[in-house]
Amino acid sequence: MRKRLQNITSTINTLAALLVLLAVWQIVCVLGIVPGYMLPSPVQVVSAFVEEFPLLMSHLRVTLTEAFIGLLCGVAVGFVVAVLMDRFEKLYKAVYPLVVLTQTIPTVAIAPLLVLWFGYEMLPKVILIVITTFFPVTVGVLTGLRSADKDTMNLLRSMGAGRMQIFRYVKLPGAMGQFFSSLRISAAYSVVGAVISEWLGGFSGLGVYMTRVKKAFAFDKMFAVIFLISIISLLLMKLVDFLQKKCMPWEDAHE
Amino acid sequence: MSELTVKNVSKSFDGRKIIENISLTLHPGELVSILGVSGGGKTTLFNVISGLTEPDGGQVLLDGEDITGKPGRISYMLQKDLLLPYRTIEDNVALPLMIRGTKKKEARLQAAPYFKEFGLEGTQKQYPRQLSGGMRQRAALMRTYMFSRNVALLDEPFSALDTITKSSMHTWYLNIMEKIKLSTLFITHDIDEAVLLSDRIFLLTGRPGQLTKEIVIREPKPRRKDFNLTEEFLNYKREILAALA
Repeated sequence: MRKRLQNITSTINTLAALLVLLAVWQIVCVLGIVPGYMLPSPVQVVSAFVEEFPLLMSHLRVTLTEAFIGLLCGVAVGFVVAVLMDRFEKLYKAVYPLVVLTQTIPTVAIAPLLVLWFGYEMLPKVILIVITTFFPVTVGVLTGLRSADKDTMNLLRSMGAGRMQIFRYVKLPGAMGQFFSSLRISAAYSVVGAVISEWLGGFSGLGVYMTRVKKAFAFDKMFAVIFLISIISLLLMKLVDFLQKKCMPWEDAHE
Repeated sequence: MSELTVKNVSKSFDGRKIIENISLTLHPGELVSILGVSGGGKTTLFNVISGLTEPDGGQVLLDGEDITGKPGRISYMLQKDLLLPYRTIEDNVALPLMIRGTKKKEARLQAAPYFKEFGLEGTQKQYPRQLSGGMRQRAALMRTYMFSRNVALLDEPFSALDTITKSSMHTWYLNIMEKIKLSTLFITHDIDEAVLLSDRIFLLTGRPGQLTKEIVIREPKPRRKDFNLTEEFLNYKREILAALA
């Protein structure tokens, strides 16, 4: 009960800060401190958002589809890689540095290459998202699996449990928390990844929309789409939280 | 109830002998304690008996069958309850059955009647973190019991509990032992606990650890309520302290 109250107060504080920020922004625009064609006021952004709503939604559908497919594949790949690296120590030693290496390659740098190889359709975008989203999952799940309690595993061994049973009863459920933390990061990455890949080529999607309004110097629409992207990322993270609550009921058990 | 025999067991790690030539027999229904200082090889002996560690020499026999180095026959319980935090108490205690291949539903059904005996009624659907330390140890013991109804190894099972809880756990334990008749090998560094609960006590001393003395507690079971305040109790304690000095 007290926890809930604390949650509400902290939400109120955040909302208040946000409102102050928006008010200052609006005042700066109204007073003409920054010229209107460079920085649209919040009110202008909202009206651009409303005006463009149907168009934004149709682009959003494309972006979200890419993000979901990419995220799903990325999580699957990340999960399998983590399980294999946990199982085979040699594989871990050989592959882990390479996995880290893939993360030093800037996404923006390989995106054009992917476009050249795989064209302007869905595929290069999905591949890019897979590359950006599998890594947090691999690291998170691997850490979770490797941090399984030795004493607990020994106890299960003494009960005659085999490797698969120890994995199923101890390692896997023990890695769930880590898995969901990394899934939150990957979910946010997936949207951003989709947008970036759309910048570099494509026919529809929020990234394509962004490049178009940029060329038209439509700052208000630019801001509208930026807000939409961050709201979508937030919602996705909330969705992951919800899934986590459903999948890990023991976390919520009251004491 | 089963009989457990340990014959001439020795074990060294990195060339250092930890335990040497340990032999003992645990008769059906008996509670035998091994009393010794921490780090004296108690846990090594324990791992050998449970089959997790292969001894350098010697044998472990369960009802005459050689189970040396074979896990899956004798389970144990530690100071840490080691309950899986993401399983309900019901599913925790049913786990040993599930490991043997029993279906979840069936395993729960088999465990159900014992909740009452172990004083765990109403905790079935709760998670370990919702229970007190004492209750968690009860659940851990119940899980050990579900695994094997004949022999249990207990490694300082109550040493992490506060004195008051510990004392009530001793009463509870003596009580439940009357009902479930489990042959128990009990490892502890607590002299009072050993005298209070055991039929026989072995002292594990020296480096490498050896069983140097056997003390038989001739107080009938169930123990009197104030046994630990009697002169006999103190005499046993004196004898042990003298042997350890």
